[in-house]
Amino acid sequence: MKNYLAILTREWKSYFSSPIAYVVMGLFLLISGIFYYLLVTNFVQMCMQADMQARYYRMAVPNLNINMMAIRPLLHNMSLFALFFLPLVTMRLFADEKKSGTIELLLTSPVTHTQSILGKFSAAAGLYLLMLLLTGLYMAVLFFLGKPEVGQILTGYLGLFLLGLCYISFGLFFSTLTDNQIIAAVSTIAFILVFWAIGWISGMASPAVGKILGNFSLIEHFDDFAKGVFDTRHIVFYLSFTFMGLFLSYISIESAKWRGR
Amino acid sequence: MIEVKQVTRYFGRVMAVDKVSFQVEKGEILGFLGPNAAGKTTTMRILTTYLPATSGTASVAGFDVHRDSMQVRKRIGYLPENPPLYAEMRVLDYLDFVARIKGVDPRSRKHAIAETMDKTGISAVSSRVIKQLSKGFKQRVGLAQALVHNPDVLILDEPTVGLDPKQIIEVRELIRNLAGSHTVILSTHILPEVSMTCQRVVIIDRGRVVAEDTPENLTHKLAGSQRFTLVAGGPAEGLQTLLETVKGVRQVRRLETSSADDTHHFHIEGDAEGSINPAIARIVVEKGWDLYELRPEGLSLEDVFMRVTTREEEGGGQ
Repeated sequence: MKNYLAILTREWKSYFSSPIAYVVMGLFLLISGIFYYLLVTNFVQMCMQADMQARYYRMAVPNLNINMMAIRPLLHNMSLFALFFLPLVTMRLFADEKKSGTIELLLTSPVTHTQSILGKFSAAAGLYLLMLLLTGLYMAVLFFLGKPEVGQILTGYLGLFLLGLCYISFGLFFSTLTDNQIIAAVSTIAFILVFWAIGWISGMASPAVGKILGNFSLIEHFDDFAKGVFDTRHIVFYLSFTFMGLFLSYISIESAKWRGR
Repeated sequence: MIEVKQVTRYFGRVMAVDKVSFQVEKGEILGFLGPNAAGKTTTMRILTTYLPATSGTASVAGFDVHRDSMQVRKRIGYLPENPPLYAEMRVLDYLDFVARIKGVDPRSRKHAIAETMDKTGISAVSSRVIKQLSKGFKQRVGLAQALVHNPDVLILDEPTVGLDPKQIIEVRELIRNLAGSHTVILSTHILPEVSMTCQRVVIIDRGRVVAEDTPENLTHKLAGSQRFTLVAGGPAEGLQTLLETVKGVRQVRRLETSSADDTHHFHIEGDAEGSINPAIARIVVEKGWDLYELRPEGLSLEDVFMRVTTREEEGGGQ
């Protein structure tokens, strides 16, 4: 536990002592903010149009749902931004240690692989959580202007967080495979995109195969979260996916010593 | 304290270390000498549990490096060839991190760090960011990293590389002071470094141990002769014949004549036993010639290697 905390704090501080944390968080907030602005103004326009139409035709004003029309697409967009931002957070975790030689310190200290993997994973997950919490400000603004549903937002954020853990665990894994950060980041993005798009192929495959492929799709599991549906199946899927990435990282570090690192 | 038995390591099909065996007693400083790519670093990495051996066993303080690797890691301090420094950290934060993962007691951590910084002479830069330090200071921070948990065994891979002469002397002094309370293995390809700091030397070449002895014995025995450079003024032919008459001198070779001050340079090779330099000096001065310089020539690492490896091959051929 002490070792885990030591590694976690070191990684966390290193994010903030370099520009990485500020740049990644800042740009994530900026891009999410732009989409937030577009989606919300679009929603407001539609409300006004619906209002005018209703007056014109002397009908009841329809009750448009901000959760469905603005927040849900925003959550979907953010899940995509995270796909491109998180590999940039995780790429250095092991690749940089290999490049600078500090891996020799880590692997000759009385620290287990599990401790160092979990420490690094938690630091990246913490940074991601902070990013998400900051976008929570956007949501808070909506409560001043309308009546969004809290439950759906919270479920959506839970989904975003769990999905991000999948990205982070595989980002960590690809970082153990190389000493080149760019390669680590690009492989992570490519790998996740495959598991992202696998759901689209499922429409073309036979129903049985399609269903299986669909279940492997990262984004298909996210849809329920964005809708506000809390389903343990999806949580279990994301957590197992995350565990898989961490497990592969362990295997990769352990086996590297036989190959000669 | 350290026992290496028949350790072999392959990288794919390439053999890096071939049945290396040696022992280091508690409190001893062992020099690990060899050219680049001889297998020094690989052997050290096996001892520090960074790499496993393909076959053979090694143990540190009675713990097997493979089976009880955590116990071994607690007892060793390791300075790799490139000091393992987190460039963006401050020296103090870095040492604090190392102390934590090495399991230094939280109550004595501050004290241990201060003491180590003092010992390695980096107290003045404790709040500087590591990447802004000079190479010499980085090397010392690397050394501090290996010392901070006061380990029984220190494994130092070329600890004086990149230091200026004054720092080299300081680091050697530091290492010498560690003897007794710590067991030290230090690798180098600089022969004088070994004779100045180590009590015993293991020479390794192409993955194999080719010699193991004290530094004095190595330089004397292996040399089989003593060699001098003489610079003297006088008639060249007369000097040469005169020198050849000195007891113990085997060979005299004239190297060059400087026209500016009319001096001659000679290379003299003599028997290994007994000192021949007083006799040479006396004979030159007695003749009334000028003695400018009489300098013993140490064996270079290349010479030692030439001898060690050729001897090996002769032995193998018989």
